[in-house]
Amino acid sequence: MKTSRIGAWVAIAIGTLYFLLPLIATFEFSLKMNRDGYSFEAYKVVLSDPGFQATFGYSTLMALLTIIVGILLVVPTAYWIQLKLPRLRPVVEFITLMPLVIPAIVIVFGYLKLYNSSSWLPLTGNDRATDFLLMCSYVTLALPYLYRSIDTGLRAIDVRTLTEAAESLGASWPNILFKVIFPNVKSAILSGAFLTFAVVIGEFTMASLLGRPAFGPYLQLIGANRAYEPSALAIIAFLVTWASMGLIQVFARNARGTRKSA
Amino acid sequence: MAFLTIANLHKRFDDHVVVHDFNMSIEQGEFITFLGPSGCGKTTVLRMIAGFETPTSGAITVGKDDITHLSPQKRGIGMVFQSYALFPNMNVTDNIAFGLKMRKLSSADISRKVAEVIKLVELKGKENHYPHELSGGQRQRVALARALVVEPRILLLDEPLSALDARIRKNLREQIRDIQRRLGLTTIFVTHDQEEALTMSDRIFVMNQGRVEQEGRAEMVYTQPATEFVARFMGNYNLLGAADAHKLLGLDIQGHMAIRPESIHVLDASANQEGALDATIRQHQLLGSIIRYQVESQGITLQVDRLNRTASDLMPAGTAVKLQISRDDMREVR
Ligand SMILES: Nc1ncnc2c1ncn2[C@@H]1O[C@H](COP(=O)(O)OP(=O)(O)O)[C@@H](O)[C@H]1O
Ligand SMILES: [Mg+2]
Repeated sequence: MKTSRIGAWVAIAIGTLYFLLPLIATFEFSLKMNRDGYSFEAYKVVLSDPGFQATFGYSTLMALLTIIVGILLVVPTAYWIQLKLPRLRPVVEFITLMPLVIPAIVIVFGYLKLYNSSSWLPLTGNDRATDFLLMCSYVTLALPYLYRSIDTGLRAIDVRTLTEAAESLGASWPNILFKVIFPNVKSAILSGAFLTFAVVIGEFTMASLLGRPAFGPYLQLIGANRAYEPSALAIIAFLVTWASMGLIQVFARNARGTRKSA
Repeated sequence: MAFLTIANLHKRFDDHVVVHDFNMSIEQGEFITFLGPSGCGKTTVLRMIAGFETPTSGAITVGKDDITHLSPQKRGIGMVFQSYALFPNMNVTDNIAFGLKMRKLSSADISRKVAEVIKLVELKGKENHYPHELSGGQRQRVALARALVVEPRILLLDEPLSALDARIRKNLREQIRDIQRRLGLTTIFVTHDQEEALTMSDRIFVMNQGRVEQEGRAEMVYTQPATEFVARFMGNYNLLGAADAHKLLGLDIQGHMAIRPESIHVLDASANQEGALDATIRQHQLLGSIIRYQVESQGITLQVDRLNRTASDLMPAGTAVKLQISRDDMREVR
């Protein structure tokens, strides 16, 4: 038993080093832009670059739109599957997993083939239409995360009885969905939303191939042309992702707290 | 004319028939109980009345309206669930106000009605509590208030007390019955507990395997069971098969003879009563106000209840006695 515990600690130590060393090295490097010692000069340069602000703002907006559209698509679907069509659940689960199996580049080429300017539904003709197409592809990318967390949230409440109670009190379907179901899976929706945010902020392939000014392609551009700024950007991107993860933890814990013995 | 009529109701799930030819008609203001073992179809009938299940065939009428295929929202039928089904995201006030908001009442009317019903179910002071902050009994009273406040034509309660502990259950069932009387509310109550059914109901429908086994006033169903199933389910009837009835009582019957334990009289072994049976006490069980004896006569064991008056009355095992059973207390059942 003693040796196995030591073994576990060794494994943890190696894992931590493997994960943290590059991060620490990157962070250290990002502080060395000024010759005369450590400073946050690289961060200052990056944060004041109009390119950074524009692309980060663009990606944030896209992430928010993706989250809203994704939630409006997934919550009613998952709800309906659970309430009326439980036999379809494996099928829907499989479909929502597809974006993890099919590479983004394949999906994008599919889109370009279907929606190019000479197709029946041209979505690449102007920037707004392409933004819309990009947002749709982000929704696709986010499906596995959104569906899984929302489905888990729905399973934790008694969807069927709550629906029936609301029905017998005269509630219409929109009212049942927005006044009863949504508020009770709020924390699940939020976890899905933060995951989606983290995925969309760093996404490169789709934005790049559709030629939109997103944060992912900007990261790549800076990475190819500068020395210290890419490290600063990498650290910033990490912090955004970690903040999202941290918020997921916070909301998950709150949800457990309020649901206890409810 | 009856207020709620159910005619030839059937329900089949895939090829499994759960409700067979269910018929009933009840008057306005009646308190009806569906009583039967778990799985006999009580909930399914209730869900068809509420509109959550569609009958395979048959008709449900309230007043003059055929509601068989109406959506639950339009039926004006309230429901209280065993699992409470309170909305976890709303406090007591908002849970109760939900149905009124759906009906788009003014907020002044809503607060007045909510305050009235909170008083009725004795939840004053809990207005701002969330469901997870309440006890089981309190939650079920919120659920009751939520169903009552919209003034339903019929109130359905599906085993509302089963998840509560004994003392609260007794208290709440009296309260439910009291409120029902005061409001004159037509009510159907589902339970598998015969004591609950007997204490609360005007009329009981005893159900078995998707059929109504017997219906009648509470005291009738208890004292005059029509079938062996009802006799077994309602009381601790002694049930004698045809052979035993012939051997012990010299009676020729078709089905079973049902004899309630409290209707058998125990006499001294020396008593000189005509028709009394020689018997021996085998064991006893203390049930508080009564003592239940297992008494054997000619190899047949009968249960006999006596009032538990004083400790010295207790008859030890092996005591020889005589039993007297009046013909009026015997009931032949199918
Ligand atoms: N949705 C359903 N699908 C299939 N069978 C069901 C369904 N609902 C109930 N049943 C079956 O119908 C029978 C009666 O159930 P129920 O009405 O819940 O009984 P009770 O409420 O008397 O315990 C049970 O055998 C149950 O398994
Ligand atoms: Mg039931």
